[in-house]
Amino acid sequence: MADLSINFAGIRAPNPFWLASAPPTNSGAQIHRAFEHGWGGAVWKTIGAPVLNISNRYGGLSIAGQRLLAINNVELISDRPLDVNLREIAEVKRMWPDRAVIVSAMVDADPQAWKDIVAMIEDTGADGIELNYGCPQGMSERGMGAAVGQVPEMCQLNTHWVTSITRLPVIVKLTPNITHIVDPAHAALAGGANALSLINTINSVMKIDLDTLRITPNIGGRGTHGGYAGPAVKPIALNMLAELMSDAQVRASGVPISGMGGIVTWRDAAEFLLLGATSLQVCTAAMHYGYRIVEDMIDGLSNWMDEKGFATIYDVAGKALPQTSTFGELDLAYQAVARIDPDKCINCNLCYVACNDTAHQCIDLVAGDGVRVEPGYDIRANGKHVADTRPQPVVRESDCVGCALCANVCPVDGCIEMVSVPSGRESITWDQLTAQRPEIATSWDAMMAYRKEVGIDIH
Amino acid sequence: MPDVTAPPLDANAFAETYTPLSAHEATVEANRCLYCFDAPCLQACPTHIDIPTFIRKIGTGNLRGSARTILEANFLGGTCARVCPVQELCEGACVLNSEEKPIAIGRLQRYAVDHVQERGVQLFQPGPATGHRVAVVGSGPAGLSAAAELAKLGHAVTLLEKRELGGGLSTYGIIVLREPVEVSLREVEAVRALGVDVQTDRDLRTRADLDALLAEHDAVFLAVGLGAVPAMGMPGEEQVVDGLQFIEDSKVNPQALHVGQRVAVIGAGNTAIDAATIARRHGADVTMVYRRTESEMTAYRHEYEFALHEGIAYQFLTQPVRVVTEGKQVTGLECVKMILGTPDASGRPSPRPLPGSEFVIPCDQVIKAIGQEKPALAVELGLSLDKGYIAVNDAMQTSAPRVYAGGDCVRARGTASTVMAVQDGKYAAAAIHQHLSASKEAAHG
Ligand SMILES: Cc1cc2nc3c(=O)[nH]c(=O)nc-3n(C[C@H](O)[C@H](O)[C@H](O)COP(=O)(O)OP(=O)(O)OC[C@H]3O[C@@H](n4cnc5c(N)ncnc54)[C@H](O)[C@@H]3O)c2cc1C
Ligand SMILES: Cc1cc2nc3c(=O)[nH]c(=O)nc-3n(C[C@H](O)[C@H](O)[C@H](O)COP(=O)(O)O)c2cc1C
Ligand code: SF4
Ligand code: SF4
Ligand code: SF4
Repeated sequence: MADLSINFAGIRAPNPFWLASAPPTNSGAQIHRAFEHGWGGAVWKTIGAPVLNISNRYGGLSIAGQRLLAINNVELISDRPLDVNLREIAEVKRMWPDRAVIVSAMVDADPQAWKDIVAMIEDTGADGIELNYGCPQGMSERGMGAAVGQVPEMCQLNTHWVTSITRLPVIVKLTPNITHIVDPAHAALAGGANALSLINTINSVMKIDLDTLRITPNIGGRGTHGGYAGPAVKPIALNMLAELMSDAQVRASGVPISGMGGIVTWRDAAEFLLLGATSLQVCTAAMHYGYRIVEDMIDGLSNWMDEKGFATIYDVAGKALPQTSTFGELDLAYQAVARIDPDKCINCNLCYVACNDTAHQCIDLVAGDGVRVEPGYDIRANGKHVADTRPQPVVRESDCVGCALCANVCPVDGCIEMVSVPSGRESITWDQLTAQRPEIATSWDAMMAYRKEVGIDIH
Repeated sequence: MPDVTAPPLDANAFAETYTPLSAHEATVEANRCLYCFDAPCLQACPTHIDIPTFIRKIGTGNLRGSARTILEANFLGGTCARVCPVQELCEGACVLNSEEKPIAIGRLQRYAVDHVQERGVQLFQPGPATGHRVAVVGSGPAGLSAAAELAKLGHAVTLLEKRELGGGLSTYGIIVLREPVEVSLREVEAVRALGVDVQTDRDLRTRADLDALLAEHDAVFLAVGLGAVPAMGMPGEEQVVDGLQFIEDSKVNPQALHVGQRVAVIGAGNTAIDAATIARRHGADVTMVYRRTESEMTAYRHEYEFALHEGIAYQFLTQPVRVVTEGKQVTGLECVKMILGTPDASGRPSPRPLPGSEFVIPCDQVIKAIGQEKPALAVELGLSLDKGYIAVNDAMQTSAPRVYAGGDCVRARGTASTVMAVQDGKYAAAAIHQHLSASKEAAHG
């Protein structure tokens, strides 16, 4: 059985699944219950300055009948008094010595304010501190949260104030509401961060109610932007993680990264691990289904690791990173074409319409006798047997540019394969090509001449 | 034997078999549809409803648009959603059959159409008046469909119906488990709302009646359906209940419905199963008597299985020869065993009686449901016939000028069904419209 335990910047946990700082980690009683369900750790709901939360706070994204693909929240940090939180943190840590208990904090950008809270956190016996530079609403207007996270200098300074006075590992939680995620990451490292975590929520307006014509969530007739999280944000989180992990300075620092943003299943978790995260945080999925989901996360990840022969989390971590690349390093000579397996095809013709309307018009409908036909039907013919005489989609491979649209729309697994075919051209990347012949990047004539030379015909 | 009154009934015994979909069920099911391009379900539907489009509209919450997509192609979309043999048509052609379960097209269709019809939403308007007048005879699916299409095209339509209620067999013949009467009456009202002058209790009987109609109208569409259950010519037949009448009573006159305790139903088509189901739901022990075997039955497979599930017994290779009575009371059905021989004209093996195999099925009620009589009116009107049905060409024209026909009364080929009748109504309306438009141009030219 795979060993799921982790040592994350000195914070130990029996498994990498931590509850993110959010409603699931709002109180001692909750975290106690979560730990009973098997969570490896919890980042306490952010504590700090006095706040008053508002009603109501969450908007949900639903697509095609599927609920809560994302949450958008206009929630602030913990609205429970500081001393209550601190007392409960201490109790939880005492009862669960083997689990990671991390305290998320956010105070005014002032060294004394940080000094005060850090001392209080240390007194609880917690395993680490996470600095919340993320909240996109409410706190940023008060000069905290994203107001710090979006300004690298502030990020460095605040981090430094904390790291210089505590013995606890300090995790800096990054906001995605920024153009270059590596900038605040560098600042955090310069400020002495022991670890990074990402992503906090993304600025968003969730939706407008078509009955009331109001922004959702509707707070007494008004609405505001809020933080977006849940399954729908995963690709953004993965990209930011990949950007960090491919950054030389971040890699050289060796700080671990706690990944989050859209983790719902062990499969999502494995993807974050493969891009280099070594602890994982979950919020929306727990809010949707409760703490019990961790059971399959642990079980599924463990079974997958066994099947793949990974003994520890550190064997998985970063396994997909070597493939991350830039466009300029991709092979321009690589050629793939779509190939349809007629035995699997159910004749929905979605590939046909996709390629015909929005790709390169290279899928034909071919009748049983091998003749190419147009879509359409005989109005006198009806009955279920019409399904047996439907023409088959066939790719004209010579015209296929290999965009893979059809393979993406095909509803049948493995029915359309993107098959690599010899292009007959020498392997070359854009960077190499434009280094050899810079004019190709600036002149269409040069580009056309190059295409002609190597035999690329785009119809 | 004493006259048996029906046992107390469970109210649910006569509710529609399929409950309406909930909003969530409909959304989930609609989103399961792949939205196929050039979809086979669309082609398989005899009225070619744009199924992927109407389902997509349910998925996006555009129920009005969905209902319009359905009703534009099939004005009786509410009835068809309930009565169509979807396994043989749209659902049978769904691409998901090969992978998993087909989309529940019928139930989704019902969801969308009921949504607007229960709210009385009027989706269509009569077209600008053309000055042409068309008479439609018979208010079953074929007549209603033609009347609606003609009214939408701006023709003044008179719809004559010999019975008290409109709707044809949808009102009188389809058991409530499948379609409640309100649904078909709603469709009659929808046609009325398009300005069609619906006149019930108007029977067209003679050639003179037809000539009178032709004198006042530019064209006549005959959608008169078929007749009663034919006579079998066996002793005691006077005591046999007509299956159609039996079903009709169960729908529109339940007080008059008499159900025996042990009922023998003669026939094995869909009508026989319907009559048997009603008797069974009233608590009777029901045996269906059929002279061939399971493999020759005309009932759809799913109907047969439904009947078995209901607890209806089958007696195959059995030919009734005499109704046994004591006074006016039925006590049994005398039958003879059959053996299958060489194929007959229908291509099915022809059954022959096994001499000396007579036996009696004890019962107190015999219902016959062995089909419907051919339209006798056709002979009266002097129209050409095709195997006893009214003969029509591809444009639904009969042998008489300006007289068109469609629906069950022309169904010389293929199976008689509501959706085919609806499509006939559309064809006829299109042909009549074309004819009238052409004559108008000629008149102006
Ligand atoms: C018991 C039973 C169950 C059925 N179940 C199904 C089913 O589940 N699914 C399915 O698709 N089909 C079913 N059918 C078949 C379907 O009902 C018919 O195919 C369909 O109703 C035919 O429509 P129509 O308009 O041609 O005729 P009809 O529905 O028969 O309508 C004819 C109308 O014309 C009127 N009429 C007749 N003569 C005259 C006259 N001289 N003057 C004025 N009016 C006249 C009649 O009163 C009637 O209203 C069933 C049929 C029966 C008998
Ligand atoms: C309702 C809600 C409240 C949150 N509150 C906090 C918070 O107080 N502090 C914090 O650092 N992050 C907060 N977050 C962000 C989460 O910790 C997490 O970064 C984000 O939700 C992405 O993870 P997910 O996709 O698993 O939800 C909150 C998120 C939600 C949905
Ligand atoms: S890969 Fe793109 S171009 Fe090729 S067949 Fe598929 S959709 Fe068409
Ligand atoms: S999308 Fe897939 S299943 Fe559908 S027609 Fe194309 S190859 Fe066949
Ligand atoms: S064939 Fe099935 S999946 Fe395709 S559009 Fe029709 S109902 Fe939907």
